[in-house]
Amino acid sequence: MKIAVCLKRVPDTTAKIVIGADRKSIDEAGLKFVPNPYDEFALEAALALKEKAGTGETAVYTLGSDASAETLRTALAMGIDRAVLLQSPGSPDGMAVAQALAAELATAGFDLVLMGKAAVDDNNHQVGPMVAELLGLPCITSVTRLSLEGGTIEAERETEGGIEVSTCALPAVITCDKGLNNPRLPSLKGIMAAKKKPLETKPAALGSATFEVTGLELPPDRKAGRIVGEGAEAVPTLVGLLRTEAKVL
Amino acid sequence: MATSKVLAVMEQRDGTLRMVSHEVLAAARRLAGTEGTVDALVLGEGPVADADGLGAFGADRILTATHPEFRLYNPDGFAVTIGSLASGYLAVVFPATTTGRDLSPRVAARLKVSCASDVIDLAAEEGGVAVTRPVYAGRALQRGRITSTPAILSIRSNTFPAEEVARPGAVTAVEVPAFAARVTVKEVKAKGEAVLDVSEAGVVVSGGRGLKEPANFKLLEDLAKAFGNAAVGASRAVVDAGWRDHDAQVGQTGKTVSPGLYIAVGISGAVQHLAGMRTAKTIVAINKDKDAPIFKVADYGIVGDLFEVLPRLTEEIKKVRGGQ
Ligand SMILES: Cc1cc2nc3c(=O)[nH]c(=O)nc-3n(C[C@H](O)[C@H](O)[C@H](O)COP(=O)(O)OP(=O)(O)OC[C@H]3O[C@@H](n4cnc5c(N)ncnc54)[C@H](O)[C@@H]3O)c2cc1C
Ligand SMILES: Nc1ncnc2c1ncn2[C@@H]1O[C@H](COP(=O)(O)O)[C@@H](O)[C@H]1O
Repeated sequence: MKIAVCLKRVPDTTAKIVIGADRKSIDEAGLKFVPNPYDEFALEAALALKEKAGTGETAVYTLGSDASAETLRTALAMGIDRAVLLQSPGSPDGMAVAQALAAELATAGFDLVLMGKAAVDDNNHQVGPMVAELLGLPCITSVTRLSLEGGTIEAERETEGGIEVSTCALPAVITCDKGLNNPRLPSLKGIMAAKKKPLETKPAALGSATFEVTGLELPPDRKAGRIVGEGAEAVPTLVGLLRTEAKVL
Repeated sequence: MATSKVLAVMEQRDGTLRMVSHEVLAAARRLAGTEGTVDALVLGEGPVADADGLGAFGADRILTATHPEFRLYNPDGFAVTIGSLASGYLAVVFPATTTGRDLSPRVAARLKVSCASDVIDLAAEEGGVAVTRPVYAGRALQRGRITSTPAILSIRSNTFPAEEVARPGAVTAVEVPAFAARVTVKEVKAKGEAVLDVSEAGVVVSGGRGLKEPANFKLLEDLAKAFGNAAVGASRAVVDAGWRDHDAQVGQTGKTVSPGLYIAVGISGAVQHLAGMRTAKTIVAINKDKDAPIFKVADYGIVGDLFEVLPRLTEEIKKVRGGQ
């Protein structure tokens, strides 16, 4: 079983966002970067599936700047076998990224491609299903439970109306949501081993981007709120304000 | 600018339209303007209740695509059908629901065009469709322009209020092309009693570790019932502790909600929690710690013990709602 994981390097989720001089991107100075949290569920799923099968290969792909090599090393330290860095300047749109990843994955003959449901920086929710369409593969998104039996996947995802249970045949693309598993931490031994694992670097074959970023700004500050009072006695005042001032009742 | 045609993809479940469909129509209407036309597309196994009333919410035409395999969501069948209809439209608008987020990028990839998800504002411009969308878990707003046509968009719930705009709403059946269903949705398991999803509810009352133990969520359920249209949310701390299902989790690794009213009870207000609820129209915080960060984003706060404040609040809300 050959499994690929697509992993994106993103700013730490607690990082304070500072708008860059171009007013279109963030100022990255001093920011800590981490693997996209949803992609960690994908890494864990890949490792668990390989362990269960007892054989196979896991590979991790990142499209990004050279700094992404560090994120790939984290994945290798968790236990992934090899890594590929598709070098790309700037931040192309979802479709351009999907085209580059699809072009690369098409040549490698994977049984399963695992991704996160979304990257927490661009919030696109799109690269997974796009790659699947481009490769002509089945795709199930935002998966919280996954099982594999004789080449058939059964997966659950949480929708607004209930838990949707889907099946598809391998090869397939699956995007992972929180709840699927608990990602392991890299062990010290893993970190040492990662240094010797193959990390291939090549330029990304980006598609053309037709989503143009025209601006980035901080969300408007919420206007300063107020404490209406202390304890249960403050409740009537609160309810009054909700009716007359906020007009939400 | 040429007159704009916009396709609005409706969402239905069990033969009934979901409320978010009216919001999709409102967003589509905004793009098309009064001169342009909006077509509402309803995919299903058979007739969908209320679909023929979509004219009252701004649909110039109602396109129905029926197929025996469309009882449940059919990712490949839906994507092929929408792809086959999409040419000639300025934009195709989806809801940013689990289904819409799954479907919109598939359609974009089939058409080799770009897609913008979770859109909170939009406008038709010379040369494309301009959008605003939250990025970095709501800590920044991105403005962008899709220059490929049709522009594929998904809109965030509770952002484009449903509007009554009388348009013709003529019903036309459209053909479903042949497709290969690579993914089969076997069933949709109900989550116990039909609960309102936090991402769709007009009022969300959320609890955190301050509730002390799972059984105390009864206090929040009572408050939600008093509101009538409220859903119960939770912080990650209590979801991780197994007190609540993770589909109730609000925040960066949970749901993003924009209700009219969000009440945070016994929640400290960590940045990752704020990421999921800071776009609520009105925020109320109840916390015994006056320095809790949640008070920085709350419009109204009560400093106090939630076990005293909650029952009183439920009582007062019942009075108000009862008097309507
Ligand atoms: C990568 C990452 C992603 C995350 N994603 C999310 C996410 O999606 N959603 C999320 O919520 N968190 C998320 N977190 C976790 C987040 O950082 C916080 O740990 C979490 O939100 C804290 O939950 P809490 O407010 O319930 O608990 P606490 O921080 O423990 O706060 C409990 C609050 O209850 C108050 N309290 C206690 N007793 C009473 C009482 N009797 N009456 C009134 N008030 C009382 C206390 O004063 C305190 O403010 C994430 C963290 C990371 C690292
Ligand atoms: N630059 C990238 N390199 C590798 N994988 C990516 C990249 N961008 C997105 N992905 C994958 O696609 C998923 C969804 O991302 P997005 O569509 O950007 O929200 C992520 O969780 C990753 O698995």
